[in-house]
Amino acid sequence: MAEKITLVVFSGEMDKAMAAFNIAIGAASMGMEVSMFFTFWGLNIIKKNEGLIKSRGLMRKMLNSMNRGGSKRLPLSRFHMAGLGKWMMGKLMREARFPSVDELIATAKEAGVKFIVCTNTMGVMGLSKEAFIPEVDSFGGVAAYLAEAKEGRVNLFV
Amino acid sequence: MKADATLDCIGLYCPMPIYNTAKKLKELKPGQVLEVLADDEGIKEDMPAWCRTTGNELLGIEEENGEYKAYVRKNK
Repeated sequence: MAEKITLVVFSGEMDKAMAAFNIAIGAASMGMEVSMFFTFWGLNIIKKNEGLIKSRGLMRKMLNSMNRGGSKRLPLSRFHMAGLGKWMMGKLMREARFPSVDELIATAKEAGVKFIVCTNTMGVMGLSKEAFIPEVDSFGGVAAYLAEAKEGRVNLFV
Repeated sequence: MKADATLDCIGLYCPMPIYNTAKKLKELKPGQVLEVLADDEGIKEDMPAWCRTTGNELLGIEEENGEYKAYVRKNK
């Protein structure tokens, strides 16, 4: 049986997302079974880029407009500088032919990485399944995570 | 070193060289040798580690002017 690895993706920044996808793709390339659990701000990485994010109630509507998310809107965790830092980092990465978050998502899926969305934070933020990209495999809670993590020898929190 | 196939990973950073190696090796038959070209120095540590974990054999890594040629024999 293949070895398992899990990643809890809590953060919603571009650089942290890239680190998470790099490890996931590397692990899949080494023959491991990889599960990525997206929770809290990490949900932003796998939200659809297009369209409105529907949610109920004023506070949730405010939260989801300020915290729109989507792979193309992720800030940098440092030196974001209102987008200038991200623009510069993006330029450097393109020059270095480093894959974008979208390309990393596509490669991770091609490599067989499983994407699981945390239903708890979805509920708190008032998000429906429609808010997420179709690459998501399933929606689950902490038990779904732990069932995978207890069989894994590498479990990371990003 | 003689190889049955060549994979060009020049200009690609981690994890793409090992990802592409894993993918390419699936097309080869056991016993065949894949030559991987790369210019990211990480390959010197990554390819041995990848081979150890996946049960394939690293025949050697040659270095010339900042470019690397890694030779992997498919075992599995």
